[in-house]
Amino acid sequence: MKRAELKQRKLDATSARVEGMTLPAGAAWAEALRQDALSRLLAMGLPQGRDEYWRWTRPDTLNADAPKPATVFDAKEAPVFSGIDRLKIVFVDGVFDAEASDALDGENLEIMRLSDALSADIHWVKDAYGVQEKKAQDPVERPFATLNTAFATDGVVIRATGKVAKPVSLIYLHRNETSDAILHHVIRVEEGADLTVLENGPAAARFNKVMEVEVSDKAAFHHVRAQGRDHERRAVTHVFATIGQEALFKSFTMTANGVLTRNEVVLDIQGDDSMAHVAGAALGDGDFHHDDTVFITHDAERCESRQVFKKVLRNGAKGVFQGKILVKAGAQKTDGYQISQGLLLDGDSQFLAKPELEIYADDVACSHGSTVGAIDDEALFYLRSRGVPTAEATDLLTLAFLAEAIEEIEDEAIAEDILHRLEGWLTRRRAG
Amino acid sequence: MLEIKNLHVKLEEEDKQILKGVDLKVGEGEVHAIMGPNGSGKSTTSYVLSGRDGYEVTEGEVLLDGENILELEPEERAAAGLFLAFQYPVEIPGVGNMTFLRTAVNAQRKARGEEELSATDFLKEIRAKAKSLQIDAEMLKRPVNVGFSGGEKKRNEILQMAMLEPKLCILDETDSGLDVDAMKLVSEGVNALRDGKRSFIVITHYQRLLDHIKPDVVHIMSNGRIIKSGGPELALEVENNGYADLLAEVEQA
Ligand SMILES: Nc1ncnc2c1ncn2[C@@H]1O[C@H](COP(=O)(O)OP(=O)(O)OP(=O)(O)O)[C@@H](O)[C@H]1O
Ligand SMILES: [Mg+2]
Repeated sequence: MKRAELKQRKLDATSARVEGMTLPAGAAWAEALRQDALSRLLAMGLPQGRDEYWRWTRPDTLNADAPKPATVFDAKEAPVFSGIDRLKIVFVDGVFDAEASDALDGENLEIMRLSDALSADIHWVKDAYGVQEKKAQDPVERPFATLNTAFATDGVVIRATGKVAKPVSLIYLHRNETSDAILHHVIRVEEGADLTVLENGPAAARFNKVMEVEVSDKAAFHHVRAQGRDHERRAVTHVFATIGQEALFKSFTMTANGVLTRNEVVLDIQGDDSMAHVAGAALGDGDFHHDDTVFITHDAERCESRQVFKKVLRNGAKGVFQGKILVKAGAQKTDGYQISQGLLLDGDSQFLAKPELEIYADDVACSHGSTVGAIDDEALFYLRSRGVPTAEATDLLTLAFLAEAIEEIEDEAIAEDILHRLEGWLTRRRAG
Repeated sequence: MLEIKNLHVKLEEEDKQILKGVDLKVGEGEVHAIMGPNGSGKSTTSYVLSGRDGYEVTEGEVLLDGENILELEPEERAAAGLFLAFQYPVEIPGVGNMTFLRTAVNAQRKARGEEELSATDFLKEIRAKAKSLQIDAEMLKRPVNVGFSGGEKKRNEILQMAMLEPKLCILDETDSGLDVDAMKLVSEGVNALRDGKRSFIVITHYQRLLDHIKPDVVHIMSNGRIIKSGGPELALEVENNGYADLLAEVEQA
C-alpha cells in the first residue's frame, strides 16, 4: 500500500472513531481549545501498528470504538498510600466522586474540578489546558493526548502557591467492567512552591489520562503513582511538564499487572540549574505489556535529567522502553543520565529498548545504558549458601534490581509503601 | 562431624576431572588446615561441599553428622550448619548488608523450626559482633560487599559466620588481602567461635594465619587429592621449602 493510502486509511479510521463522541461543553475559550484539538487529531490520525513510535506496542485496542471488558480486581489488602496523610480526590470509572473525596482545599492550594475550571474564566488555566500537549506534538505526534484534550470529561486543576503540606492524592477506582475514562489534569506549581501528587488505581477498563504540569522557578513537584492491579485494564497516559529555573521535577511510577500500559513522559527543561527525574518499576506476567516512552528536552544550562526504568518480566511478559534526551544548542553543562533494564525471570519474556541521544551543545555529559538479563547466578548462590531459599533469594535480587528506580522516590514513607507493594506482588507469585 | 569419602568431581560443562578422590575426616571441635599449590582443587572442594552448580560428583560421598549432604540444596546445607567464607565474596548491589544478614539468619532458623529473631535482638547481636570485627554501622547499611575493600569483604564474611553460628566453618583463603592488623582481628573472630564443638577447615597458602588459628591437622592437597596430612609442623615445612619436596616424595611412593 502506498503511503498516502495508508495515511488516508488512518484518517478515515480516526473520523469513524470520534464520530460518536461529543465535545464536552464549557466556556467559549475552552470549547475553542477542544475544537482545535479535534481538528488537529483529525489531521494527524490515531496511531496504527505501522507507526514507528508504536512499533512495539499495538495501539488497536486503544483505538477501538469500545474498550475490551476488564474484570474488576478484588484486592485483599488496603490500597497503596492508605497510611499516608493526604488530600483524597476520588474518581470512579473516570467520574469525580465528591462524596468520597475530601474538601477541595488546603493551605497554599487551589483545586477545582476540570469541568468547572473549563466553564469559568481562570487565566492560568486558559494558558495551560492542552497547551503543552499541543506543543509536544513536534517532533513526534502523540495523538492519544490530543484525543484527550478534545474529549476529556473530568479531571482536576491544581495550583500550588507555597509549600503544600499534604500530598494531593488522586484515586482512580474501577467498578464497571466496560468503563472508558478520559481524564485531564492541569497543575501549576508557582514560584518557590512545593507540591506532591499521588495517583493510584486502574481507573477504568480503558483509561486515557493526560497531566500537564508547570513547575515554575525554584518550585518542586513530586509525583508518585501506582497504576492498579486489575490485570485486564488498558491505559495510555501522558505527563507533560515544563520546568523553570532552579526547579525540581520528580516522577515515579509503579506498574504491577496490566495487559496494556503506555506511559509517555515529555519534559521540557527551560530554566537553568534545574533537575528532572523520571523513574519506573514495572512487574508483570504472561500477557502483561508495558511501555515507557520518554522524551526529555534540555533547553537551559547546567540542568540534570535522569531516567531510570526497570522492568521485571515473567512468563512471556513484554516490556518496552523508548527514551530520548534532546540537548539543544545552548544547553551547556547538561548532565543527562538514562538507564533502562529488563530482568527476565524466564526465557519467554521480552524486553525491547530504544535509547536515543540527540545533542547540539558541545559541553555536556550524557550517558545511557540498556541491559536485559536474568538473575545473577553468583549472587543467587551466595544468598543460598547463607541459607536463603531460592525463591526468597530470587525475590531479594529482584527487589535489588528495582532499587535504583525506587530510590528516586524522595519521601521515605511513600518509598516504603511502594516497596511493600512490590514485595507483596512477588510473594503472591511465589504462593500462587 | 564431617567425613569426605573418596570424592571425585568433574566439571559439568566439560570433561575435566578436578577432584580425584579426596578423603578427609574432621572431628567435633577440630581445626583442619588445607594447603596446596594453586589450582590443586581447594576451592573446588569448598564449593562442592556448599552445593554450588557446575560440578558433577562422579564418585564418593560427603557426610555431615552422618547425613549425606550432596543431595541437599545449598540453603539446606547452610541450615544443616555448613558455612563457607568465600575466597571471592560476591557483591550484591541493591541488597543491604543488614537486610541480607537478617534474611539469612531467619531463613535458617525457620528451616530448623526455630523462632525468628526479633528485630531488636538481631540489631543488638549484629552491633556487638560487628564492633568486635571493627565493622562500622555504615558498612552494615551498604549493599552487600559493594565497594568494600578486599579486607572489608573478608571481615564481612567472618561477621556472617559469627551471626549464623554454623557447625562447620570452611574458610577459603580468608587471610588473603588482609593487612597484619586485620588478620589478627579476623583470627580473633574465628577463635572466639571455637567452643570445643564447632569445627573448622581453614584453606590457606600461608603459615602466618596458622600462628593465630592453631590447626590440629594440616593437609596438603595436590592435583585433586590430599597427598599428605600431619601436624602443624607440616605447614612450617611448606612455608620453608615450598611444595617441591612434598610432591616429589609422593611421586616416589
Ligand atoms: N568452572 C570452572 N571452569 C574451568 N576450570 C575450573 C572451574 N572450576 C575450577 N576449575 C579448575 O579446577 C582446578 C582447581 O581449581 P580451584 O579453584 O579449586 O583451585 P585452588 O586450589 O582453590 O587454587 P588457588 O590456590 O589458586 O585458589 C583449576 O585448574 C581450575 O582452573
Ligand atoms: Mg582457591
